[in-house]
Amino acid sequence: MKWLYDFSYLTRAIHEGLSARFEPGTVVILEMVLVGITFMLLFALLGLVLVYAERKVSAVIQQRLGPMRVGKWGTAQTLADVIKLLLKEPLINKDADKFLFNLAPFVIMIAAFMAIAALPFAKGLHAIDFDIGILYVAAVSSLGVIGILLAGWSSNNKYSLIGAMRAGAQIISYELSVALSLLTIVVLTGSLQFSTIVESQADGWWIFKGHIPAMIAFVIFLIASTAETNRGPFDLAEAESELTAGFHTEYSGLKFAFFFLAEFANMFIVAGIGATVFLGGWMPFHIGSWEGFNAVMDFIPPIFWFFGKVGFMIFLMMWFRWTFPRLRIDQLLTLEWKYLLPINLMNIVLMAFLSLMGWHF
Amino acid sequence: MRSVINYFKEIYFGLKSLITGMRVTGHYFTHPKEIITQQYPENRETLKMFERFRGEVVLLHNENNEHKCTGCSACEVACPNGTIEIIHKRVDVDGRKVKALDTFVYHLQMCTMCGLCIPACPTDAIVMANTFEHAVFDRSKLTKVLNNPGSKIMDGIK
Repeated sequence: MKWLYDFSYLTRAIHEGLSARFEPGTVVILEMVLVGITFMLLFALLGLVLVYAERKVSAVIQQRLGPMRVGKWGTAQTLADVIKLLLKEPLINKDADKFLFNLAPFVIMIAAFMAIAALPFAKGLHAIDFDIGILYVAAVSSLGVIGILLAGWSSNNKYSLIGAMRAGAQIISYELSVALSLLTIVVLTGSLQFSTIVESQADGWWIFKGHIPAMIAFVIFLIASTAETNRGPFDLAEAESELTAGFHTEYSGLKFAFFFLAEFANMFIVAGIGATVFLGGWMPFHIGSWEGFNAVMDFIPPIFWFFGKVGFMIFLMMWFRWTFPRLRIDQLLTLEWKYLLPINLMNIVLMAFLSLMGWHF
Repeated sequence: MRSVINYFKEIYFGLKSLITGMRVTGHYFTHPKEIITQQYPENRETLKMFERFRGEVVLLHNENNEHKCTGCSACEVACPNGTIEIIHKRVDVDGRKVKALDTFVYHLQMCTMCGLCIPACPTDAIVMANTFEHAVFDRSKLTKVLNNPGSKIMDGIK
């Protein structure tokens, strides 16, 4: 069970096993394929679980039951939906730009795959540990909007185009807030590397250690990251009541499923970044010098800590989505440029001052 | 200065209203007992319909097969889509010819359950029942006669 607490035993065993049989070049390729398959499986599993969770959470919040017929408590409902989507006919508009139309879902999925590669899941369970991890994730996670713009443009549908343009305006604005709120914590850690950021929270999570400015940054991160994933009160890009389904109006079958999956994958990635930077990633919850309590917390494997924190963040985002009404496009931009951005900049200055004076824990 | 105060005031009240909203949905999320969805065909035996649910119009009869309908046609006039048809007859009461109910015809297929006939009735003879399983294989079965065969008006109702 040692590998459950430190995955580097497992990864090293796999690496040594492969190295004994193949040449170094082949080993690298095989390991990349292995990591790719793992992430593909993870995304498929996440899609199944999160769609079900979303439907159940929304149902209970609205005093409904949600899916109940397929399987016990409707647990097999998403599986049935997947089979339905696989069997559907992939339709393409008569005047659509076929190449871009088919490319768009893959661009979105590739952006999600690139972003998840840098997330630390547990001790030693980390596909690639860049020394500029946060910068990389911030850059890559905004690539997805290119897929949305392609989808809207190539559909030859005015509603799709309006939705795509809204998504573009939204991501350009809110990317700033996400990056700045993460930078607020980077001021404390002094490193952009995810593993260093997690290690620096061994004696307490940054949201507690950085107290007031860290909490402001966390709230801003929650708002901005919800906007960046085109979810919740910021789902102007698909705005069912105005634009039918926005940028993916013309998509059906498997390509629609890709968009759907990418939305949940992005939600997981954003929640993962938030959990890593603010809530200590896979670090267990420790309270000062309570040795017994800390030992019990250490007993829970890091991977469960990570997924627990991500689950908490995802639940918060679902709670937002099913509580707040959708913003208008001008309200959306006002919120970012007149409120979040100035507060964020002041907050960074405040954090820098605190860190300089050593007023954090 | 005023605008600066207003700026922070707006942030404060904005956050406050967001938290109020989240408290409401959070309450529902943590109280799954308040779910109102009914698992209908499964809970057919135990399903208790809500008191104010409007399923169909019924003419109340007591144990002596007597009803309160005088045949005044107020409900027929009140009905917006001609669901109710009252057919009269003339009966002798103390040597006078008096209007009385012969047949109370109710076209369920045309009824929108608006309930306007209930307050229109001067003698409270009709009520809305909360039955709802009205599916039949023949449309003519939806045209119902509400007064039981052989029933007559209660004493003292005019």
